[in-house]
Amino acid sequence: MERQAAYLRNALFDQGYLDEQFLQLEDLQDEANPHFVEEVVKLFYTDSVRLIQSIELTLKNTPWDFEKLDNIMHQFKGSSSSIGAKKVKKECSQFQEYCNVGNVEGCIREFQEVKQEHAALKRKLENYFQLAREAR
Amino acid sequence: MNLGVNSKSVTTSSASWKSGDAVSDQFPAGLRVLVVDDDPTCLRILEKMLRNCRYKVTTCGRAEVALKLLRDNKDGFDVVISDVHMPDMDGFKLLERVGLEMDLPVIMMSADDSKSVVMKGVTHGACDYLIKPVRMEALKNIWQHVVRKKKNEWKEKDTEQSGSVEEGDRQQKPTDDADYSSSANEGNWRNSRKRKEEEDDGDDKDDSSTLKKPRVVWSVELHQQFVTAVNQLGIDKAVPKKILELMNVPGLTRENVASHLQKYRLYLRRLSGQPQNGLGNSFLGPQDTGFGSISSLNSLDLQAYASSGQIPAQSLASIQAAALGRVTNKSGISVPIVDQRNIFSFDNPNIRFLDGQQHHSNGKQVNLLHGIPTNMDSKQLAALHQSGQPFGNNMHVNVHSPSGQSNSLLTQMVQPQSRTQMLNEVGGNQVLNFPSSVGQPGLSQPIPGSVFSRYGIDNVRPLTYTSLSQPSSVVEFSRSQGMELSGNSIPLTSNSGIPSYTSKGTLQEEVNSEIKGSRGFLPNFDAFNELNQNRTDNWDLQNVGSSIETPQHSNVQGRLDVAPSILVQPVFASDHRNGHIRTTSVNKAAFSAATSLGNGTNFGQQLTPSHADNSLRIKTERLPDMGFQSSLFPDHLGQEDLMSTLLKQPQEGLAPVENEFGFDEYQLDNLPV
Repeated sequence: MERQAAYLRNALFDQGYLDEQFLQLEDLQDEANPHFVEEVVKLFYTDSVRLIQSIELTLKNTPWDFEKLDNIMHQFKGSSSSIGAKKVKKECSQFQEYCNVGNVEGCIREFQEVKQEHAALKRKLENYFQLAREAR
Repeated sequence: MNLGVNSKSVTTSSASWKSGDAVSDQFPAGLRVLVVDDDPTCLRILEKMLRNCRYKVTTCGRAEVALKLLRDNKDGFDVVISDVHMPDMDGFKLLERVGLEMDLPVIMMSADDSKSVVMKGVTHGACDYLIKPVRMEALKNIWQHVVRKKKNEWKEKDTEQSGSVEEGDRQQKPTDDADYSSSANEGNWRNSRKRKEEEDDGDDKDDSSTLKKPRVVWSVELHQQFVTAVNQLGIDKAVPKKILELMNVPGLTRENVASHLQKYRLYLRRLSGQPQNGLGNSFLGPQDTGFGSISSLNSLDLQAYASSGQIPAQSLASIQAAALGRVTNKSGISVPIVDQRNIFSFDNPNIRFLDGQQHHSNGKQVNLLHGIPTNMDSKQLAALHQSGQPFGNNMHVNVHSPSGQSNSLLTQMVQPQSRTQMLNEVGGNQVLNFPSSVGQPGLSQPIPGSVFSRYGIDNVRPLTYTSLSQPSSVVEFSRSQGMELSGNSIPLTSNSGIPSYTSKGTLQEEVNSEIKGSRGFLPNFDAFNELNQNRTDNWDLQNVGSSIETPQHSNVQGRLDVAPSILVQPVFASDHRNGHIRTTSVNKAAFSAATSLGNGTNFGQQLTPSHADNSLRIKTERLPDMGFQSSLFPDHLGQEDLMSTLLKQPQEGLAPVENEFGFDEYQLDNLPV
């Protein structure tokens, strides 16, 4: 069980889902806070839902407020980067670039990518935490 | 899964942190940190990281709440870490507030690492700028900012007081420095720091008393009192001791005021450095706080004078000074200035100017204009005054009359009304020239400087100082005057118009000296016009430094801006010489001027660039000659007088201030003294 969890964790790093920031989180986990990483990730996913909704709402209004979209995405990116969500962060940057040039189509497409990566990582991390808990 | 491994290391590190303390003092453990970030995820992570550093952490999701926390818990925090992008308040704004009110080190954070944003952090006074995602290593060393700040505060105290109390600090400091550099945990610093941080330590360092100086929380009211006091004194004359006396707040020490003043100046400087917006209304533009009144005054004064056309030389000078002081506004002083010049030309001022001009040609006055260095100018003016006293006698009297800078300004300002009229009448044509140079609206301050430069900064300075120092008084005048003068009165700054004022003695002693110099310039308004022209050019050169440079319209305005700085510093005078120097001083002057004048805009604006351009352009040639004053004076004497008068006035206020900024260097240079 432990090995499985470890394996899954390493895979996440190898596949580029997570970066060294995740290690920082792990470093913070200690006896006093044995589930720190999981807590933070949960916090992220709860909060990011709000941001995603905000973007979707803004996308519904025309003409598009690119500046606002950029702002929200900036927040989202900051949040993602703080937990080490590497792929999500990359897609966020891409989205911001489309925003800057006013590429509506690019933005829509990219936003889908962001959501996909966001969801994918969530699933993987949930699996990982599950295994980690069982392993203890 | 061995997630526990990390925890162990963490614990170990914590333990080692503790055991590493040779001294009982566990600094920086216990450092009280306030973290502000609207992102809950980041906030949680930061909190944990800081706790792991053994700091005492308080988190906050909103800037407003953070400010309240800080205000309610004076001396309850040692450092603030804030995000840049927050929904309820801009992180930089929070940074400013904390810096001004609480004087705490603030560290900014953001996922945005673009140079412009980082630069903004620096200019707003952030101690450090962290890029998200923040790593543990970055947070471990934040205590250095606290130490550094404390060290600087002590140093301030030292300079402030020469008492033995400081001795302890001083001694402490050197040691601390050594400690700091090594970022060692041990050392005096730690001990003293520890004392500050933790009361449990029974350390009895003698410095503890000084080190442990409780931090003063600069509440809004307290800050307002401070600003009022500073305005009363005039930004250049605002020394901590006097501010402290004026504020009359029990328990407040001079050091507190000194450090706060330092920050405030930086804040003003920063404001001035930013593009002038809305110069039209206030010369100071950026410096609204407190100074706004000043600037408004200036512009008003000038205008008042200008319109009335009867402004006695003195009044004009004062007005101009005020206007100059405000120069920052740069807004259309040009117009008013023009009027003023007219006034000058028509009335006695004209005569004076003419006389002055002659003197100018002598070159004595030249000196006056050159260096408007805050301090020097007055002296020089005095010297010049003697040499070129066409007006001097009259004006002189006026100048001296004011008891205090502000007082004199007021006195003078009051009169100006009549003067303004005179002025208006006087230099109908000539005035026009001035406005451009002088008028540079917003430049109100610069004008003084620029004007001076032409005439020999001496004249200018007096005016500028006056206006600066007296922001409040000036403001009053102008307001009452009806700002008409603004356009004309400003000419004074341009030096030409000021001559009359210089004699007025409105400028107060310091001004007097300057005025004197300008008096020599009094020579005709025409001279001013020419000067203006030259000045315009000069200003351009000069403006470099001043942020005000955007003299509202074109040359003139730009120049005027310079004036403000000139007011403060001789910079203007040295336009030619110190083209660059002026810039600096100008900027500074601008700041001070702007600040004090507050209403500089009026002046600047009045100047209507059109005039300025031409006049200024022409002047450029002149300026270089002057060395500042020699070349310009002959022509502009008239203008110069006005300008000088005007400048002098503001200068008084500015002068003191300027020095602080470090114009001193310029002053010396420029003043031919």
